[in-house]
Amino acid sequence: MVDQHTVRAYDKDLDLLERRIAEMGGIAEKMVIDSMDALSAADTTLAHQVVSTDTRLDVLQREVEEQAILTIARRQPVAIDLREIVGAIRVAGDLERVGDLAKNIAKRSLKIGVESRVPRAIIGIKHMNDFALELMKDVLDAYAQRDVERALDVWERDADLDALEDSVFRDLLTHMMEDPRNITFCAHLLFCSKNIERIGDHATNIAETVFYLVTGSNLPTERPRRRHESDVEADAGGESS
Amino acid sequence: MTAAVNLYPRRRARNALWTALAYAATALGLIMLAIILATLIWNGIGGLSLDVFTKNTAPPGVVGGLLNSIVGSIIMTAIGLAIGAPLGILAGTYLAEYGSNSRLATVVRFINDILLSAPSIVVGLFIYELLVVTVGHFSALAGGVSLAVLGAPIMVRTTEDMLNLVPNSLREAASALGMPRSLVIRNVAYRAVASGIITGVLLAIARMTGETAPLIFTALGNSLFAVDPRGPMSALPLIIYEFARSPYAEQQRLAWTGALILTFAVLGLSVLARVLSASIKQK
Amino acid sequence: MSNDISAQTPVKPAAAMNEKVVMRGLNFYYGKIHALKNVDLTLYEGQVTAFIGPSGCGKSTLLRVLNRMYDLYPGQRAEGEVMLDGENILSPSLDLNLLRSRVGMVFQKPTPFPMTIYENIAFGVRLYEKLPRAELDARVESALRRAALWTEVKDKLNASGLSLSGGQQQRLCIARTVAISPEVILFDEPASALDPISTAKIEELIDELSGDYTIAIVTHNMQQAARVSHYTAFMYLGEMVEFAETNAVFTSPRDKRTQDYVTGRFG
Repeated sequence: MVDQHTVRAYDKDLDLLERRIAEMGGIAEKMVIDSMDALSAADTTLAHQVVSTDTRLDVLQREVEEQAILTIARRQPVAIDLREIVGAIRVAGDLERVGDLAKNIAKRSLKIGVESRVPRAIIGIKHMNDFALELMKDVLDAYAQRDVERALDVWERDADLDALEDSVFRDLLTHMMEDPRNITFCAHLLFCSKNIERIGDHATNIAETVFYLVTGSNLPTERPRRRHESDVEADAGGESS
Repeated sequence: MTAAVNLYPRRRARNALWTALAYAATALGLIMLAIILATLIWNGIGGLSLDVFTKNTAPPGVVGGLLNSIVGSIIMTAIGLAIGAPLGILAGTYLAEYGSNSRLATVVRFINDILLSAPSIVVGLFIYELLVVTVGHFSALAGGVSLAVLGAPIMVRTTEDMLNLVPNSLREAASALGMPRSLVIRNVAYRAVASGIITGVLLAIARMTGETAPLIFTALGNSLFAVDPRGPMSALPLIIYEFARSPYAEQQRLAWTGALILTFAVLGLSVLARVLSASIKQK
Repeated sequence: MSNDISAQTPVKPAAAMNEKVVMRGLNFYYGKIHALKNVDLTLYEGQVTAFIGPSGCGKSTLLRVLNRMYDLYPGQRAEGEVMLDGENILSPSLDLNLLRSRVGMVFQKPTPFPMTIYENIAFGVRLYEKLPRAELDARVESALRRAALWTEVKDKLNASGLSLSGGQQQRLCIARTVAISPEVILFDEPASALDPISTAKIEELIDELSGDYTIAIVTHNMQQAARVSHYTAFMYLGEMVEFAETNAVFTSPRDKRTQDYVTGRFG
C-alpha cells in the first residue's frame, strides 16, 4: 500500500488544488492585516490596494472550483480523495468570503473622513482583528497539516472572538453615548467589528471542513458558546454561525 | 544494420524453398487421389447399369449385378452401428464427463487409441474364434460385431473430443439452475455438439462400409440374396475381392463397378461429415 | 488498530432487516491452497451486497460457495458454516439441486442454452413444476418482463437463444434464473463482458430485482459496486477486510487497505 495513486496524474491534480488553496490563504491573511492597518492609519493607498487584491482571490476561487469539477469528472474520486476535493471547494469559498470581508473593511476606511476619527475606539477593533488573524493562520495551518486537534482548537476559540465582539460593541456604544460627534466613526467601526466576527466564523467553517476531511464525520452543528445578555440583540440582528 | 540486410534475402530464399516443397507434396497427394478416382471411374463407369442394382451376383456367363452385396453391406453396417454407436457414444461421454482424469479413463483412452489402428484382420480372427467357431457357421451377425469393434473407437474419440469442446460455463449455468448431472449432459451438452457427434457416427460408417478383412472370417460372403443375419451374407468389399481375382472379364468389370460404388459412398459420407463439422465451427 | 483510519462506529443495519445468509468461519481450499480464510459475512434479505477486491482475493470463490458450485470439481472443499435461513448449506446431506433452485447464479459470460428463447426459460421451470402450456407461457413472459427483455423478443420466442446480442443473452440468462423463483441471486461479474449501455441496463435490472431477491454481486468495477449495492465487502488475499454499508465504504472506509484499493492507490 502506497500513498500515491497508481495513476500519477491524479496526484498532480490534487496537488494543484492544494497549491491554489495555499495561495488563497496567503492572500486572505495579508488582506486581513492590511485592511486593519489601512483603517487605523487612515492609509488610503493601502486601502485601495486591498480592494484590488480581492479580484485575484475571486479568480483563484473560480479556478479551484473548476479544477475540482474536472477532477471529479475525470477521476470519479471516492473516500479520502472525494473528501479532499469537497473540502477544497468549501475552503476556497470560505477564503473568498474572508477576502470580501477584508475588502469591505478597507472600503469602509475609505469612507471615513479624517475629522471624525476617535483613536481610542480603534484599539478594541484592532485587538479583535489580531485575534481573528490568529484564528485564520492557525486554521490554515491545520488544513495544510490535516491536523484535527488544531482545527478543533480554532473551532472552540471562535467563542472567544464572539465574546470580544460583545465587549467591543459595548465599548463603541459607550463612546457614542459620550459624545454625539463620535457616532459617525463608531457606527462605521460597528460594521467593521461585524465583518471581523464573520471572518472568525469562516475560520470555524474551515475548521469543520478539516475535521470532516480527516475523520469523515461532521462536528455537531452548534458549538459550545458562552451566553451573554447582548447575545439576544445579536441574535435579533440576524447573526448566524 | 548491415547484418540485418544480409540475413533477409537468405530467409526469403529458404521460405520460398519450403513453400514450394509443401505445395509439391500437396500436389502429389492430390494427383494420386485424382489418378485413383479417374481409374475407378474409367474402369467402373462402363459397368454401371440398372442390373447392377437389381440383380444378384451370378456365376460367370450369367448376367448379374451386385444387389445382394449392396444389401449385405447395408445390413452389416447397420448391425455394426446398432452395437457400436451406443457403446461408442456412451463411452465417449463417460470419458469426457465422468472419468476425465481417473485411472480407469486413462486406461480406456489408451486401449481405444490402440483399437483405432488395430489391424482389421486381427479383429476378424478374434470374432471368428468368438462367434463363428462357437456357433459352427459364418454369420452376418458376426460380421456386424467385428465392424462394431472397428467403428466404435472412432465414435468414442469423436464424442469425447466434441464434449470436451462444450465450455464448462455452459455446464455450470445448467447446474446452477439445479439440473441434475444426467440432464445437463443429455439436454445441454449433447444438444450443443449434436452435429459433432453425428459427424463421428458418419466417419465410423465410412470406415465400417469399407472393411474387408474381418468380413472374410465372419460373414464369408453369399452368392444368394440373404437378409438373415444368422447366416453368411455378401458385402461389397468381399465381392470386389472375389471378382477382382476372377479370370472372367464380366466379373472383373463388376468388381470395378463395385469399387466405384463403394468409393463414392464413402466419399459422400466423408464430405457430409465435413459439411456438418464446418457448420459447428460457425457457431 | 493501525489500519483503522476513520473514527466511525461500526454500522448496524436497521433492526427490521432479516439475515438471509450468515457465514461464520468459512475456510475454502483448492487442494492444498487456502483460498478463503475465516470469512464472516451476512447477506441481508432484499439487499444488494457487492464484493470487491483485487484479482485473486477470493471474491468469486466466495460466491461459488453460496450455491455449492465448487461441488462439481473434486479437490475443492469448504469448511465452516454457511447458514441460509438458519440451515447450513455446507452439510453433505443437503440436496444440491434444491439448494440451487433457491440460490440462482448469473455468470460473467452469457451462457444461453442451445435451444429456443422460449425453451431456455421453460427448461428450468419444467425441472420443478409440471405446468399446463398456458401457465408456462405466462411464466416465460413474466420472467422475460422481469429481465427487461420481453419487448425485444416477444415476436421471436422460437429463435435460437444464441441469435441474440451479448447484452440480450445476458438478460436471457437472468430471465432464466428468475423464472424458477429463487430467493437469492448471485451475479459473478455479470457486465464485464458487455458494452456500457448493456451494462447500464443490467445495473438497472439489478436495482429493480433487489427488494424481491437477496442479491450478491462480484465486480471488479468499483464504480459499479458503488452504484448498485447497499452493502460492500472488500476482500484481500482470501480475507474479509471490511464489510459495511456502501455509502460508508466509498466516503469514509475504516480500513486503510480498503481506502487504498477504492482510491486507486494499490501498489
